[in-house]
Order: sequence, then C-alpha cells, then structure tokens
Amino acid sequence: MHTKTLAELKTGLTNGEFSSVELTQHFLDRIKNLDSKYNCFISVTEEAALAQARQCDEHLAAGDAPVLCGLPIAHKDIFCTEGIRTSCGSRMLDNFVPPYNAGVVDKIAKAGMVVLGKTNMDEFAMGSSNETSYYGPVKNPWHTDCVPGGSSGGSAAAVAACLSPVATATDTGGSIRQPAALCGITGLKPTYGRVSRWGMIAFASSLDQGGPMARTAEDAAMLLNVMAGLDSRDSTSTEHEVPDYTATLNQGIAGLTIGIPTEYFDEGLNPATEQAVRNALSELEKQGARLKEITLPHSHLSVPAYYVIAPAEASANLSRFDGARYGYRCKDPVDLHDMYMRSRAEAFGDEVKRRILVGAYCLSAGYYDAYYNKAMQVRRLIKNDFESAFSEVDVIAGPTCPNPAFEFGAKGDNPVAMYLEDIYTIAANLAGLPAMSLPCGFVDQKPVGLQLIGQYFDEARMLNISHRYQLATDWHCQSPSDVS
Amino acid sequence: MTWETVIGLEVHTQLATQTKIFSGASTEFGAEPNTQACAIDLAMPGTLPVLNEEALRMAVMFGLAIDADIGKISAFERKNYFYPDLPKGYQTTQLEKPIVLGGHVDIELADGSTKTIRIHHAHLEEDAGKSLHEDFHGMSGIDLNRAGTPLIEIVSEPDMSNADEAVAFAKKLHAIVTSLEICDGIMAHGSMRFDVNVSVRQLGDELGTRTETKNLNSFRFMEKAIKKEVERQIDLIEDGGSVRQETRLYDGDTDIARSMRSKEEANDYRYFPCPDLLPIEIDQAYIDAIKASLPELPEARHQRFMEQYQLSSYDAGVLGDDAATAQYFETTADQCDDAKLAANWVSGELAAKLNSEDMPIQQSPVSAEQLAALITRISDKTISNKMAREVFDAIWQGEGEPDAIIEARGLKQVSNSGAIEVMVDEVIANSAKQVDNYRNADVAKRPKMLGYFVGQIMTASKGQANPQQVNKILLSKLNALL
Repeated sequence: MHTKTLAELKTGLTNGEFSSVELTQHFLDRIKNLDSKYNCFISVTEEAALAQARQCDEHLAAGDAPVLCGLPIAHKDIFCTEGIRTSCGSRMLDNFVPPYNAGVVDKIAKAGMVVLGKTNMDEFAMGSSNETSYYGPVKNPWHTDCVPGGSSGGSAAAVAACLSPVATATDTGGSIRQPAALCGITGLKPTYGRVSRWGMIAFASSLDQGGPMARTAEDAAMLLNVMAGLDSRDSTSTEHEVPDYTATLNQGIAGLTIGIPTEYFDEGLNPATEQAVRNALSELEKQGARLKEITLPHSHLSVPAYYVIAPAEASANLSRFDGARYGYRCKDPVDLHDMYMRSRAEAFGDEVKRRILVGAYCLSAGYYDAYYNKAMQVRRLIKNDFESAFSEVDVIAGPTCPNPAFEFGAKGDNPVAMYLEDIYTIAANLAGLPAMSLPCGFVDQKPVGLQLIGQYFDEARMLNISHRYQLATDWHCQSPSDVS
Repeated sequence: MTWETVIGLEVHTQLATQTKIFSGASTEFGAEPNTQACAIDLAMPGTLPVLNEEALRMAVMFGLAIDADIGKISAFERKNYFYPDLPKGYQTTQLEKPIVLGGHVDIELADGSTKTIRIHHAHLEEDAGKSLHEDFHGMSGIDLNRAGTPLIEIVSEPDMSNADEAVAFAKKLHAIVTSLEICDGIMAHGSMRFDVNVSVRQLGDELGTRTETKNLNSFRFMEKAIKKEVERQIDLIEDGGSVRQETRLYDGDTDIARSMRSKEEANDYRYFPCPDLLPIEIDQAYIDAIKASLPELPEARHQRFMEQYQLSSYDAGVLGDDAATAQYFETTADQCDDAKLAANWVSGELAAKLNSEDMPIQQSPVSAEQLAALITRISDKTISNKMAREVFDAIWQGEGEPDAIIEARGLKQVSNSGAIEVMVDEVIANSAKQVDNYRNADVAKRPKMLGYFVGQIMTASKGQANPQQVNKILLSKLNALL
C-alpha cells in the first residue's frame, strides 16, 4: 500500500479498496517500525491521525469528501500546528505548542488530509544536511551513513522511505530541492508569494517559501493545488490565480525551449552527476523540446549574496526568541540581560548562532553598505539575468546539486563547503522564481536530481515537463531497500 | 554673553484607529494587562504583520493638513533592539521612505507675530508595550496591550528657540491632530509624547552639541524640562565644561533630570527594510480623495469662532484649538443661545475643574447639554452666577440635571422687584447707624459701604435675591435719603 502514489491511494480510497483508517494505520506502523533508523519524525500524532481518519471515512462514505480526504501527509516541523508542539528543529521551541495553524496547515486540513506527524529539519531551517537539528540528524534512506540533505531532510527522507506518501517542506536557499535530489524524490519550491507564509516560522522572510514533496510530479501537483493561494494574513502572498496543476500534466512538450546555463555545468559539478543530468536533458530533447545554451553571468555571486541577505533577515527574525514569552528560558536568570544571554546561548545551536552573528554584522553601522546593500544590488543583477534568459527560453534546466549525498560529518568543519552544496539552488530564491527537483539517475547508488527553474507563476509548466519525463523514465519509481 | 537656544521636537502621536497597526487587536485604553494582545502582538513564531489601512489614511491626512508631500512609495524598516516590551526584538518603523515629507506648522508668538516651524518628516510606526516595575516582588511585569498601537512620529526641524515656542508648537500639533480626529489627544493616556532635542550656542556660533530628553507627556513638563536643560547646558559651558551628546530622562513630578545613556552607549539599531511588508504605493487619486474629505482645521475654526460667535481672538484660540473643546463649546453655545456666556463657562469654570482633576474634556461629568441648560437658567435670571457655580458642582457630583437640582435646593433667584424693595426697606429701617454713616461719608467712599447692606439683604433673602436688582434698588433708596 505504501508504494502507491498519492493519486493511486486516492483512487483506492474512492473505490473502497481500503479505508482511511487502514491507510493511516499502515503508515503509522511503518513509522513505528522504521523511523528509529531514519529519525524523520520529531512528533508522531498517532491518536489525532486515527481520529481524523475515522472522520474522513465517514465523509468518504457519505459522498461529501473534500478533494484529498483521508490521504496521509506529514508536515515539516516549521509549520505551526494548533495544539501540536512545533519545534522548528530547535531546543528553543522544544516546549512550544502554537495556539494557531499555519496557512498551509489550514488549507491541507480543509482538503481533508490526515496528518501523521511533524518532520525533522535543520534547526530553524539553517543547514543543508540536517545535522543541525536539536533532535539529531535524519538518515538518508538510500545510505544511512549519508545525509538526506536539508533543511527539509525529515520530509524528504519520510517520502523516500514511504513513511508518508507526501509531505510539506520549505525552501529558503534550496531546502526543498536539495533534500529531494539527495533522497530521490520530487520537490517543488513555488514562486515567492504563491504559498502562504502565515504560521511558517520565518528564517529569511524574503526568500522562504513552502512547497510540496512527493514521489511523482503528479502527486506534487495534487498537493500544490491545495497549498497554493492568497492568504490575507501574509502581505507577501499573491492574488495571482491558482490553476489546476494536474490539468496540464499530460500536455506534450514538443516545441518548448529549455535553457541550459553554462554556469551550472562548471568545474564544481561532479562528472557523474553531470552525465545523469545530460541524459535527462537528452530525454526531454527526444520528446521534442529544444535545448538552448544560455548564460546567467552573475551565478557565482548568488552564494555570497545569499549568505548576507538570509542571515541579515534571520538575525532580526530570531530576535523574538528571548525567553520572555514562550520557548526556552534559562534556569534562574539573575536579571534581564542574563535571561537574554543564557536563554539564547543555551537554546540555539552553533549554525544558528553563526548566522545571527553574520547577519547582525552585515547590518551594523559602517558595514551595511558594503554587505547588505551590495548583496541587494547583486540580487537585482541575478534577477535581471533570469529575466533576460526567459526572453529566450520557456524553462531552465540543470543539476539540483553538484554532488550526491555526502557522509555525516564530511563538511562539518567547513561551513563554506556546506554552503556551496546550494550553489545551483540559491539563485531561484533570490529571484523569487519557482524551481523543482526530480530524480534523474544514480551515482554510486545515490540519487541525482534534475532541477527545473520556471518563469514566475509557471509551476504548471515545470510540473508538466516533469510528469512527461516521469512517464518516459523510472528513476522516480526506484526505492531504497526498506520500502519493498 | 548672549545665549541662543535651538530646539527640535519628535512627537509620538497615537493614531485613533480601532485596531493595531499590524494586527486586529483592539487599541482601546485601560483594559486589563495583556487582554488586548493577539498572537501577532506577542510575536509568536510564524505570525506576520498586515498594515492597517486606516493608520495609513490618518498619516496621509496629517501630511495634507501640514501642507507636506506624501511619499508616493513608502516603506517599513525594522529597528533592532532587545527589550521585553518589544516582543519581536525589533520595532517596525519607517526610515528611508517615510509617508510624510516636509510641511510646516505655524505658531503664534507672544507678541502676536507668526513663526513657521518646518517639519522634517513624519513616519508611521508601532508603539511598544509597557514595563511595569511595581508589585512583582523584584521582577518586572510586561503589559503588551499598547504593543502595536499605531503611531506617527512627527519630526520637526530645529526651528524653535525657547520653551514657549516649543510648547506653542506642541499645542498646535495637538490642535491639528485632534481636529483631524486622528488622535484623541489625551495626554494622560500617553496619546502624545514628546522627545525634545536641545542645544545652546552663543549668538552667531555653529550649532552646539545637543541632548535629547525623551518621553515627556505633558506640555507643562516639556516646558520645565526644556528650561532646566537649557540652564544646565549654559551653566556647564560657562563653568568651562562642554555638553555631552546624550539621551536624558526628566521626571516631571520630582523635577529631576538625569542622563540615560551617552552617544557611545547608544544602540546600533541595524535598520533594514522589513521583508514582511511590501512597499506602499500611493496614487494621486487616493491622496485627492482624502484631501477632499479633510475636516475643518484649527486655523479655519479660529476664524469662524471669531465671526460666528463674536469671540475675541484669544477666546477663539482657547476654545477652538482643541477639537474636543471646540465641539463641547459649540454644542453648549448652540443649545443655550448665549455664546459669550458659554465661552466664559467652558474656558473658565469647566476648564479649571477639569484641570484640577487632570481630566480630558471628553470625560467631563458635566455634559455640554447640561452646561447649556445651566447657562439658560442664568440668562433667564432664574439663578445667579454664584448659584450657578453651586449647581455646576452638584451636576459634577452626579446629582442630576440642572433644573432638578435648582428645584431640589430651592435656588430660584428672587427677581421680583416688589419683594426686593420690601427687603431693602426693612434692612434700611433696621440699620439707622449704618445709614447715618453712609450719609455722612465722602462720596468716593460710599460705594464700598454698600457691601454691608447687600450682605444683609442677601441674608434676608437666603441668597436668592438677584444681586443686580438688589444693588439698583438699594442705591436708589439710599440716595433718596441723602
């Protein structure tokens, strides 16, 4: 049952092949049996899930079921869930139970999905390996010695190991696409503003965007259908109309122009990864797409610009965690300063502290122009690069990551080496463009991701291309050993 | 040595919106602590701000009222600092692109001339909560009801040269924002708070080093704080010292000022654009619509009061500058049909009483309608001015409507001249000695001697005789005896 796609499970539920309770119990059992090995979940909400599944079965029987009624899902622990601890992977929020739901959580509940639990993540979404989580690292289901990627490593590994058919995730610099690539699943970061950020704990507000993780493009489309849309509680969310992303999945791709950026195939790219990506591009060409070499001349500036802007925003976003109103407070503070200093020192991990320090520094008097302002100028140049590329091409394609999954600790001493894992993903966040990753091969039995970057609000086209690719290939059907 | 003072003001003005600037929580004053703070005001994780359009509209109204430019693109920034009454750890405010640019406010000086005070800009921002330092066993309490209340911070150019000008400017701003009804103007609630920047220099010199005294919440305290600070700076320099750039606090109750922090200790606020709020684009049609619906401004009302109610320029200022006072006066004057008397009562008896109780006119226990009814009884000579003060006090104490009080206390004035004549005759008959004295006295001394007779007559009438009639009749009868 767990190897079925979301689309197949929906059919099974509708046809009465199994009930939502059976389906939910099956996934809860898998989590119980296997998650000690992967550490995908921070919280499992067994009782609530089964209660919800029972209600869903009633709706299914009554014929008034909403669109994804009774289908299981897991939420990244960055999305606030009313009455359920929402930790953001941090000791700081280990005791935090929100009195409200994130916009995304509300929408998914309205669609009738059953929430299995909350998935592990890098602390405050800061990391590319899931090693910064207060709850310990997530293991890559393909190779438990290797990282699952980050920050949405728990969601990616849970979907890859079939502990949940789909999951929510967030992407600030690659946190959906990189773990999707490393775990061999399909993940999509929508256009900035497409999905509500209300109740999604902020890392870098101008870059953060929630999106779906699934095993297929079709499943991602089904989930994006219910996640996307205006939320009046988020001023940056957009009124732009939400299409039915499943409606155009089967369209032919003949005549589309796919841009191949020279800069994404430079010397930093693992040759075996490059080969897998090139093969995928050939498949698209075979289906009638035209490949066109393009250039994104400011690509090399995306990582440095990102590591100014994201920490700058984070340094302010994380100021609210001061021990005063909720979250961690140090024992017996002697005065206000002591409370601030020790609460934050004891509850934040090293990577979070590093980014707060970097961010505060970049915004300081005398450094603002040299760092923050300069980075914002670079951001504009990167956006311009894409705008001029999209005057010639319909979509851009390349690798999601330069390398397949690396071993735990491999980049532990070197934050910059870790940051460079996001070299191909960060630019889409800086420009606010939609981008996704889908499986396109293996290197040393580790999955490789193909990245597509679309024009603003062109998620449907990326999903269409991905779906056509998945109809012709079976990389997305392959599973790690525990699944079968 | 001739010293010159240079003063600039920053005025925090709470906007009279129903809800907060970035959340739907109520802004009403005086609720139980922390009952008007929602998840956004508490800066719970994942919450986001949405701008209250009403706050924006009010800021634009202010800009138009002072003849300023409205920023066509206005943006919010984050001002970062840690303090427990600032839940997010940053204040959402405006720096580079404020909503109101330039403009001016004209003040009237003591000599009757007019001085223009330029406004540098005014920006929208959120208020912080309050720290309560009493009653928590050595700890501090935090009340976040005020957190997120919309403010405009109005920043003047350093165009004022003494405390009187600063107070005139502050009062004029108060008149403008209350007339626009964008601020309730209640100083005791902190609806307007002043930061004063003061420096001194010898005539003709470059600007001196300034200090900033923060958070003054009354015109009187501001005046005292400025005078004290000017004196301190001059003394310091004359004693061979120099002024240190610093932020100062002034306690109006104790009249003690002290340094809060020096420039070196000042925060680096690390301002940057708030990524949660998109820049506001304001089009001309929006501005034009607001312009067309601006209410009457203090200067226009001043003129109208002089013409419509025949008030002196001074009275028109006292009654017309503050919108709530103006409204109270107009209701009273229109209902009692005696504008002069209404003006005297509102600016005299009522103002004194409100002042002594530190109460805004909006909360006056005597309503404009009650005062009008009271004044009507003075005009129709039912009661004397003296009785009216007694009735006024009774209304203030909540004893009921004016007519009912007059009735209950038996305060009807005797205006029947026949009855008064009888009383006058009686008193004259019983005061042979005093009548003799009066008759023999120098003409110039006689008026002073009337007091005795009037007193006797008022006692006989139990205070109910109309004093003007008593005087008139008494004088004619006494003079007939000469």
